[in-house]
Amino acid sequence: MENILECQNLVKFYPKCLALNSVNLTVPKGKIVGLLGPNGSGKSTLIKLANDLIQPTSGKILIAGMEPGIETKKIVSYLPERTYLNDWMTVNDMIGFFSDFYQDFNKGKAYDMLARLGVNPSLRLKTMSKGTKEKVQLILVMSREAQLYLLDEPIGGVDPAARDYILDTIIGNYNPEATVIISTHLIADVEKILDEVIFINQGNIVLVSTVDDIRENENKSVDALFREVFKC
Amino acid sequence: MAWNLKSDRPIYSQLVEQIELLIVSGIYPAGSKLPSVRDLAGEASVNPNTMQRALAQLENDGLLYTQRTSGRFVTEDVERIMQIKNNLAQGLIKEFIENMRNLGYDTKQAIQLLEKTAEEEE
Repeated sequence: MENILECQNLVKFYPKCLALNSVNLTVPKGKIVGLLGPNGSGKSTLIKLANDLIQPTSGKILIAGMEPGIETKKIVSYLPERTYLNDWMTVNDMIGFFSDFYQDFNKGKAYDMLARLGVNPSLRLKTMSKGTKEKVQLILVMSREAQLYLLDEPIGGVDPAARDYILDTIIGNYNPEATVIISTHLIADVEKILDEVIFINQGNIVLVSTVDDIRENENKSVDALFREVFKC
Repeated sequence: MAWNLKSDRPIYSQLVEQIELLIVSGIYPAGSKLPSVRDLAGEASVNPNTMQRALAQLENDGLLYTQRTSGRFVTEDVERIMQIKNNLAQGLIKEFIENMRNLGYDTKQAIQLLEKTAEEEE
């Protein structure tokens, strides 16, 4: 199984809204991929479908050849756009939670990253700033040894220094068997670490390319191309 | 050293140039072992596959070679390194001459000015 994620004529209708319009897409193993598109373009819908949180209207989405379900959740590490953690829990509690839930959770890695980012693990989530909460969530997600990481807006709320650390963590964790899909608007920050970019707009995939091909053919950065393609 | 990557040119070709610079300036001397792809990618904050591509290009150019079990090394062929160094120097000189021409200096005047400025610096 060379493709970790595959979409075949994938359609998702919300009431009065076509969120994904017959998407065909394959994402191979060992890639860091940017899922880029304006607000409401279908990025989160695609990621939610991959996590079995919503069901396709028609078509198929496959993770390592399987339909989303219990088996795929074992190999997919998901950072949702909104937090689902209980805010009365401490970071220590949550690390216990995650290592009970996921066989592939690496506690050592989690405590290591917490220390690097200066997060006190005995604090309750409730007492933390928005950015620190986001750091904690991302640390939990990146501490799994998963095959597919789906990160929905992972760096939006954190300061630039922490952003650099997080991106370095993604590079440092790189594993030729694992794929990372990052949905974000902060293209300039992430494009150096991406293999491929997927542009999505109004439920359609409009471009799949490597970062260097875009720079070579268009003589501009992915960020500049995005601003041009999605000019308002 | 800080990796200085511009956003409008392919990343891998900029990595090739910067590693060339590290080699010709002796930071990675002839015959020395290069850090792993992962470490280099981490240092430059770039995708490891992109770094891999840059190293493969340098291998094709004869500046690096891979020893199957022990990693990647800078070539021991000092002449080849000097040749790359000369190419880089020529590139810089051409750029300088062209910039000076744009300012209205001919080559002779440019050289005079260069010598004068260099003397003053010393």
